[in-house]
Amino acid sequence: MTALLFLMPVALGLGALGLGAFFWALKSGQFEDPKGSAERILLDDDLKDQDD
Amino acid sequence: MTATTFAPELGCPSGLEPPADGAVIDPAPFVRRANGLARLDLAVFGAKCAACIRKIEGAMNAFPDMQSARLNLSTGRLSLVWTDGAIDPKSLADRLDKLGYRAAPFDPEAAEKEADKEGRRLLRALAVAGFAMANVMLLSVSVWAGGGEMGPATRDLMHWVSALIAIPAALYAGQTFFASAFRALKVGRANMDVPISLGVILALSVSVFEFFAHGAHTYFDAAVMLLFFLLIGRYLDHRLRLRARAAARDLLALQAVTASRINPDGTLVSVSARDIAPGDRLLIAPGDRAPVDGVIEEGQSSIDMSLVTGESAPVRAGEGALLHAGVLNLTARITMRAAKSANDSLVADLTRLIEAGEQTKSRYVRLADRAASLYVPVVHTLAALTFLGWYFIMDAGLRASVLNAVALLIITCPCALGLAAPAVQVVATGRLFRKGVLVKSGDALERLAEVDTVVFDKTGTLTFGKPRLSNRANLSDDDLAAAASLARISRHPLSRAIVAEAGPGKPAADAREIPGDGVEGTYGGVTVKLGRAAFVGAARSEDDVQESWLKIGDQAPIRLEFEDRVRRDAADTIMQLRQLGLGVQMLSGDRAPAAQKAAALLGIDDWRAEVTPKDKTAHLEALRLEGKRVGMVGDGLNDAPSLAGAHASLSPGTAADASQAAADFVYQGSGLHPIVDAVSFSCSARRRVVENFAFAAAYNACAVPLAAFGLVTPLIAAIAMSGSSMIVTLNALRIGAGGARS
Repeated sequence: MTALLFLMPVALGLGALGLGAFFWALKSGQFEDPKGSAERILLDDDLKDQDD
Repeated sequence: MTATTFAPELGCPSGLEPPADGAVIDPAPFVRRANGLARLDLAVFGAKCAACIRKIEGAMNAFPDMQSARLNLSTGRLSLVWTDGAIDPKSLADRLDKLGYRAAPFDPEAAEKEADKEGRRLLRALAVAGFAMANVMLLSVSVWAGGGEMGPATRDLMHWVSALIAIPAALYAGQTFFASAFRALKVGRANMDVPISLGVILALSVSVFEFFAHGAHTYFDAAVMLLFFLLIGRYLDHRLRLRARAAARDLLALQAVTASRINPDGTLVSVSARDIAPGDRLLIAPGDRAPVDGVIEEGQSSIDMSLVTGESAPVRAGEGALLHAGVLNLTARITMRAAKSANDSLVADLTRLIEAGEQTKSRYVRLADRAASLYVPVVHTLAALTFLGWYFIMDAGLRASVLNAVALLIITCPCALGLAAPAVQVVATGRLFRKGVLVKSGDALERLAEVDTVVFDKTGTLTFGKPRLSNRANLSDDDLAAAASLARISRHPLSRAIVAEAGPGKPAADAREIPGDGVEGTYGGVTVKLGRAAFVGAARSEDDVQESWLKIGDQAPIRLEFEDRVRRDAADTIMQLRQLGLGVQMLSGDRAPAAQKAAALLGIDDWRAEVTPKDKTAHLEALRLEGKRVGMVGDGLNDAPSLAGAHASLSPGTAADASQAAADFVYQGSGLHPIVDAVSFSCSARRRVVENFAFAAAYNACAVPLAAFGLVTPLIAAIAMSGSSMIVTLNALRIGAGGARS
């Protein structure tokens, strides 16, 4: 049963990490423009010099 | 294929068409300046895809000194920042207009830049509840599975960790429910949040008590799971409401119309409509809308009143004529003197009527709240009876009695009830969206399902709202080409109808428009005139048909006839609505003969013509007093108040901004068929919601006796709660599969 003593904190820590990551994403505005983000991936910003 | 080959063509047809009324608004009054930087928010219409982002942001960034240009595709907002003084804001709007996107200044003051705080809070609460639920469930499952083998000390450890996670998480995630329950109790009412809050708080307190008493059963998992499921429902519901509010807010922001004011020294300055004072002289160019009510001082032009009155034919107006705010100047430059400020103008009156209508609508009690008002007293009485029964009759002692009563409250907690309506509404909204119907709020679906009479506006709704050439057969191809070559330079609706009929081509090189009369030019070496009967020297006929005359050289004038055609599937749609058991009526601001013709064609017996916006709302009110539930379909500014006041309302995507904002549903496309879709989806959504409530009731009927007799363990509660939520959600997904008639 001593395994529980470190397994439980590890499990909780991983969960908390995920929660923290979600809060960070929310705060850094990643959900502001879901439609735009989906479309922007199609833009070839790196090729700009060649095709414009 | 490489990026280079398809990049220029990549994209949707949006943005390729020039803006409808050709008006470019000068956003100068809306530029905000600070620290040497100028900021401007523009609402851009028609941007849909990556190519649009690229085109728009590319064009904006091409301006030197543009610091940043970012288009939010979800909200259609373009945020621009540039070095102050380096760029004329008008040139930005012009550039967008050339690209083919309509842009309107967006007044962030009116839009309140609050970035959906409530939604963020719900989402954070949902994440916390989810985190807590997953972890507490992990611990609880091991307690349940451990059963006899797990020692009491290990079980207490599990409970201790559970409490440590669940209590702060539940207190954080449950705030929404606690606050709303508290507000309801303060005014002496009980809403759905009262049993929820009570259930969560009791579950936590009893569990803490059991933990200290080293008991076998705690309900920490139930408390957070309950919150998790309910928060899903709450968040979905919030998203639906948000859309409705955003539409209303955008309307306010879009009223940020600008106008050109003529200073006493003759110079022009662009001002926001709000800053116009009575007595100001304003220049209204062709394609501009009058920003306030006023009187024409100089000039003569054709005015399109359709948005304000619903009359389809443009009106000739000269000096002294009264213009209402919102009318569109078509042919010539006019100077008007403002008679009222923007706040007293007709548009503002309409806005107030819309607000009044929306208030009556907000009194609508949703199905879920109606269910809650039945549910709350019943469940609380049962819980009290359970406690009393165990304590006094069974003599079970305080601890066991309270535990059983709490188990009953937890297991009957309206988890399924809280999900029942939002899940269905989200699914129905999504399905309708794919059919080209935008639903602006969840309860709009409930209201549309209750409608028994549909009232249509005529111009622009049942009809195309634009005149079309009706006697093409009487014209030779050459006559039409001659007429079109002149018509191409004019904004007049009749000219546009001729161009639409003739197709693409070149305008006559020397064509010029004589305001209020017509167009004159040379085609094939001869002088050609197109315009009013008097302009070409023909006798005006006495019938009521819209007409225009074409005179080529010395030939006899040729009469072009126009009519506003009824939409192709209008008669079909009306028949289908009748088959669904709805009454159909028509109200039109147009003249009686035009209305009568359309009504006869569509088979509508119940119609009225020449009604003002106030008459329309009065008529709707009269119908309401007769006990009818009215669905209104309309597109004009004059329909907006009745759209807001009707039990449910629809408006086409081509409608005036105000009407789209006031309507519950906005449908796309040139047909009326989406109306039938919206009605049948609403009915089937309502059926699903009722089914879900029936299921929740049946579930409670099974669960209550179990709980009352003390047979519910935390394991059973967990299975029952998640099972019922899943069934409710699955039932919601059936919308459109069985219920919709297509």
